[in-house]
Amino acid sequence: MSVATETAAPAPPKPRSRLEHRPGLNRWLPYALLAPAVLLELFIHIIPMLVGIWMSFVKLTKFFIANWSSAPSAGLGNYKVALDFNNAVGQGLLKSFGVTVVFSLVTVAFSWVLGMAAAVALQPEFRGRGIVRTLFLVPYALPAYAGILTWNFMLQRDTGAVNHVLNQLHLTDGKTFWLIGGNALISLITVAGWKLWTFAFLTLMAGMQSIPRDLYEAASVDGAGNIRQWRNITLPSLRPVNLVLVLVLFLWTFSDFNTPYVLFGTAQPPAGDLITFHIYNASFLTWNFGTGAAMSVLLLIFLMIVTGAYLLVTGRRSRRA
Amino acid sequence: MRETRGFKIYRGVTLTVLGLFVLVPLYVMVTSSLKPLKDVQGAFSWWPSNLTLAPFVDMWKTVPLARYFVNSTIVSVAATVFSVAIAILAAFAVSRFKFRGRTVFTTTVLSTQMFPGVLFLLPLFLIFVNINNSFGLQLVGTRLGLIITYLTFSLPFSIWMLAGYFDSIPRELDEAALVDGCGPMGALWRVVLPAARPGVIAVAIYSFMTAWGEVLFASVMTTEANRTLSVGLRQYSTQTNIYWNQIMAAALVVSVPVVIGFLLAQRHFVAGVTAGAVK
Repeated sequence: MSVATETAAPAPPKPRSRLEHRPGLNRWLPYALLAPAVLLELFIHIIPMLVGIWMSFVKLTKFFIANWSSAPSAGLGNYKVALDFNNAVGQGLLKSFGVTVVFSLVTVAFSWVLGMAAAVALQPEFRGRGIVRTLFLVPYALPAYAGILTWNFMLQRDTGAVNHVLNQLHLTDGKTFWLIGGNALISLITVAGWKLWTFAFLTLMAGMQSIPRDLYEAASVDGAGNIRQWRNITLPSLRPVNLVLVLVLFLWTFSDFNTPYVLFGTAQPPAGDLITFHIYNASFLTWNFGTGAAMSVLLLIFLMIVTGAYLLVTGRRSRRA
Repeated sequence: MRETRGFKIYRGVTLTVLGLFVLVPLYVMVTSSLKPLKDVQGAFSWWPSNLTLAPFVDMWKTVPLARYFVNSTIVSVAATVFSVAIAILAAFAVSRFKFRGRTVFTTTVLSTQMFPGVLFLLPLFLIFVNINNSFGLQLVGTRLGLIITYLTFSLPFSIWMLAGYFDSIPRELDEAALVDGCGPMGALWRVVLPAARPGVIAVAIYSFMTAWGEVLFASVMTTEANRTLSVGLRQYSTQTNIYWNQIMAAALVVSVPVVIGFLLAQRHFVAGVTAGAVK
């Protein structure tokens, strides 16, 4: 947006704020205002991240936790262990990565489709719209663990609501295991999607409010039906919102910890072994922080590559458009 | 959009299906919290065999829920207060001053929001342990450690959202305050902040929700003394019995304040999200 204004014909010089007329004060005040935020971000995020990278290169087992400076160097040893797909640790990581990719893609798609469907249904005004919208925001507002605990109860084999309903509808015999075995992934997607689709809904609904009404009116006059209007007006107008939304949903789901942790406890079924949870268990069950740190760095590199590629591809496409 | 018959059918079906998807778990949570223990240990039923408020009484005795409540409240309130105050200062700098490093600051801070928590978890835990060993300042197993950690979680989004809000307040207003003899901080306090009140409320609720619902760091950084609700609620299932009716009652009680807060401020929240997304 700012690029467009700069290249536009001779705009009048932007009136400078009076705050900017005081050179002395001006020079240090913004930095002083930022200092607390910067220091805290450094202390809790940036420095730990650098320490994490260092940790991935040392043999940081439980003997060195209180005395980390004497931990011996491991070179690339931790990475070799994490990426050796012939041994148990490497295989576990690879499997967990595969599960996470499937979980993440399906959950994002699921959440986006439901969010879009609801946002479109609520686009025209009608009686009761406010109530429905408020209701749809409840899963998002609920503390994550409260919602997941409820699902945990509902997914119990013998006492849960899910098996009860499926049995009453004659779809299953009502004896399905949802929290152990192969169904764990389905459960994870449902539970994570239950909360996440409402965020997609919230964002898409907000984005739709800024689409001018006369676009739809003009299209109606031209005889375009609702589906064509959605394809030709709603979708293109929401493009910037969608770009951010899909990326954010992906990054969130890929590093989701709450859902598997609250749903399964420490006994994670292999089919629900999401990567963050896997790293967590690998570190805190064995107290081998070195390998855990190496896995975290690999995860970070992967997410950075995906984000970079995503921004590159979407950026190029919008420039062409 | 024209409200054709087809659209009305679509709307009816979509809202019914999604409404059920949202409502059924909420319904199960509420009704199960009113069931006697034998109901939640047998086959599922839609309605309690006899309605009872006992789970809401017993849940305080089965686990030290009151202590978890106090811990969560202190941690979340303190994290919110500090996070909002720090975000206001930073957002004011970003919105009203041009200075070197402005872009670097905003992009770095925002990108920390995107990284998975497990990245910082191990090193931060180690740093906290070692700070304790070298300086005697205990951060693992104390509320202070949680407060410091949580306030940084909501900080990036809060700064971003508030800067957007401040940008929408005409600069002429703070200029007028400066002419009247206020310093820049006076302009922030007397003019910008009052005008940005909805934004500040939204950011405060967001910070509170973040701290109140955090699980990952709480599971590592808390001991029995500073345990918060997010981890404490799991204690009901480590006993020989799983008191699902009490778990649901406790889940309901810890949810009500945040849900009400969020729903009351949802308008400001939506506006803040859009302002950010559109930029």
